[in-house]
Amino acid sequence: MLELHVNGRRQPVDVEPEMPLLWVLRDHLGLPGTKYGCGVAICGACTVHVNGEPVRSCTLPVSSAVGKKIVTIEGLSGQTLHPVQVAWIEHEVPQCGYCQSGMIMTAAALLARKPSPTDADIDAAMTNLCRCGTYVRVRKAILAMTAKPASPAGGKS
Amino acid sequence: MTTTTSRRAFLKASAALGGGFALEFSFPLVSSAAAEAAATEVNAWLLIHPDDRVVIRIARSEMGQGTLTALAQLVAEELDCDWARVSTEFASPNASVRRSRVWGSMSTGGSQGVRSSQDYVRAAGARARGMLVSAAAAQWKVPPSDCTTDRGVITHRPTTRTKRYGEVAAAAARLTPPADVKLRDPKDWRIAGKPVHRLDIPDKVRGKPVFAVDVALPGMLHASIAQCPVFGGKVASIDVRDAKAARGVKEIVREEDFVAVVADSWWRANEALKRLKIQWDAGADGAASNETIDVMFREGLADTSVPRARDTGDASSALKSAAKVVDAEYRSPYLNHATMEPQTCTAWFRPDGFLEVWTSTQNGEASLSAAAATAGLPPEQVEVHKMMLGGAFGRRGAPQDFVRQGVTIARALPGVPVKMMWSREEDMQHGFYRPASIVQIKAGLDAQGRLLAMHTKIACPSIVRTLSPRSISPNSIDSSAVRAFNDMPYAVPHQRVDYAMRNGHVPVGYWRAPGQQNVFYRESFLDELAVLADKDPVAYRLEMLAEGDKNRLVLEAVARAADWDAASPTSVHRGGALANGLGSFVAMVAEVSVSPQGHVRVHRIVVAIDSGHVVNPDTCRAQAESNVAFGLSAILYQENNVKDGRITESNFHDFPLLTLAEMPSVETVLVPSGGFWGGHGEPAILPLAPAVCNAVYRATGKRIRSLPLKHHGLRAA
Repeated sequence: MLELHVNGRRQPVDVEPEMPLLWVLRDHLGLPGTKYGCGVAICGACTVHVNGEPVRSCTLPVSSAVGKKIVTIEGLSGQTLHPVQVAWIEHEVPQCGYCQSGMIMTAAALLARKPSPTDADIDAAMTNLCRCGTYVRVRKAILAMTAKPASPAGGKS
Repeated sequence: MTTTTSRRAFLKASAALGGGFALEFSFPLVSSAAAEAAATEVNAWLLIHPDDRVVIRIARSEMGQGTLTALAQLVAEELDCDWARVSTEFASPNASVRRSRVWGSMSTGGSQGVRSSQDYVRAAGARARGMLVSAAAAQWKVPPSDCTTDRGVITHRPTTRTKRYGEVAAAAARLTPPADVKLRDPKDWRIAGKPVHRLDIPDKVRGKPVFAVDVALPGMLHASIAQCPVFGGKVASIDVRDAKAARGVKEIVREEDFVAVVADSWWRANEALKRLKIQWDAGADGAASNETIDVMFREGLADTSVPRARDTGDASSALKSAAKVVDAEYRSPYLNHATMEPQTCTAWFRPDGFLEVWTSTQNGEASLSAAAATAGLPPEQVEVHKMMLGGAFGRRGAPQDFVRQGVTIARALPGVPVKMMWSREEDMQHGFYRPASIVQIKAGLDAQGRLLAMHTKIACPSIVRTLSPRSISPNSIDSSAVRAFNDMPYAVPHQRVDYAMRNGHVPVGYWRAPGQQNVFYRESFLDELAVLADKDPVAYRLEMLAEGDKNRLVLEAVARAADWDAASPTSVHRGGALANGLGSFVAMVAEVSVSPQGHVRVHRIVVAIDSGHVVNPDTCRAQAESNVAFGLSAILYQENNVKDGRITESNFHDFPLLTLAEMPSVETVLVPSGGFWGGHGEPAILPLAPAVCNAVYRATGKRIRSLPLKHHGLRAA
């Protein structure tokens, strides 16, 4: 039995240590907001925060996440939405929305690290893939937030 | 009222599941809208709560294109309700069967979601409004014509008495709907035509379980699937010993053409699947390759007995007498849809004999038919829960392979819900691909370089022949294979189009704007002709378009918006293209630079679209951006190659998607001219490849006649 710290709660899980964190979250902890897209850490749909860093959970063995603070899209906001989620609604960023949990988690981590990212910072950090092509609005939403103070990533960590 | 689980009730239940399978809920549930507080179904399209909340039923699917919100806007516009109180639910495919298709078609493709249902959904809103007014008037004992409506409130003008929709909805529902209703003139729209926020976005940014892969049911198991890597092949034998012993594995399902492992989590199912030793019988096509497909196409191009998709004037004679004859050969590869959400289907054979299915579908009716046929059940005993689609682009409409598989797998475990999801690798190698094709074009020009005659030979698989083989004969014409040539907008007196249907074994399907590769060929070739004639490519096209032609207007609009006649910035080169399709007219200018090392940078795309009417200008712009990203991925990188009968690509490392850093700015100029309804989900991809490649020509002198660009020594900067 492993114990994970997810969205501010301690969660015992009875799984193989090599099971990627993604599947523990989705199938064992009932947190389906984090998505499977490629299984090989290319697309970033599975991005969660591990100790505040954006991590592609589809290739992270759950054993590596033990003792660390994991935050998923479900835990990003508390009573109110995270500023990234607010900006995503304001700028109508998502289309199908499937990649957006990962996109939002990556953006939240970027803004926590760098509250006023440049275009080059955004290019370097936002490597998540989106088949619908929401990139124009992802950039616009992040840049619009740089004028406002960003809250730290992690929500209820 | 419907008596099946509504999507929203299901979502509430599955969201409440939280950490496990603790929550029990029984079927059938009543409709969520009714369960909450006796909402009244005024007509099939809308329900009104006593507190004035309006629930609008949506028959088409939402895959990110914004149709759900646009249709709700159209109903709300005519209903004249308060937009802030509107929510939606998907119309039930099972109820559609039982209610004689009261919602019409559920098919969501061809950019038709809004344009082919706008008339009857608007009429439904207008009829409901008429009934609400009549009900209020009857209670006041006044003529309905003395009453007006505004944002869900009915006012009797002479006395200024008011009633809210929620107060009279129940009485209204008992009235006979008005036979004739007058729809609002679009110039008077207050909800439609406005860039309202999309209704599906708040749940999506919260990570709510809205997708088919998010389905969670008590006791549900998970399945991963392996299909024969050679299309048309079969399972020869399997050795299940290692897989069966793996942790969590509950069942191994062997069918003629696939094997599935069912386990208590998807990862365990997929890991066990990798340990299955499967021997495949490749069947007849185990040796097929790019080369054999090429030979097939070339045989078709040489076949003089193929049918003519167009034969106007006398192209053969005109080519013989032309001052100059130019020819070129263009080609395109197969392309997968590669939806971010892999194909998925959850099926549950309930103990009471009813089958429930949850899936990402572009056509709820087609999914229900496929599920019922697979299960051997009457359609009345099947429900399909339409979930939000994690992308679709044509993959999830006509082909319902994933539904048949999901139902087949669950049938092996009666009473147990089973969620099947394909791995990315499976999804990459078992698509319904954009057809590959080779096209040869020959043009006859006069002494001034004007186009007099064009003879086009097209060798291309037929999508209809793949998806619906009985509806088209092998030597006939598939319209999407000849599009852009058989309906060329330019005034060219002599035109002939030959179509050689050469199908091969690779399944083909409707990939965003089917036939769009022909626009690449045609508009690139026209650019070649303009260069030969030493004419500006926009002016060259305008010469062949009559005054007032909508093609001409949209081309002029984009040229103005892109400042075509002004010099472009240093090292930036422009290319243009024109197209029409999916009911709309679209013209584009691409600004591109290419470094001496071959690094291509697309800086800016300007696109003008005339769709007649615009229901939500912001989602229309989003769709233009989407088409640019989707199309640039294909232009720069993507191809699906065939070797040993199978697709060689397997994931995003060898089938890359455009990244944010590579995304150009997109300026969308909406020029709706009224009088018709065109689509927005696909048209903007039509002129993209030629606009970009024509700009590449100006940057490099290199004429691009095949894609992707990586084969021409060009890659993204």
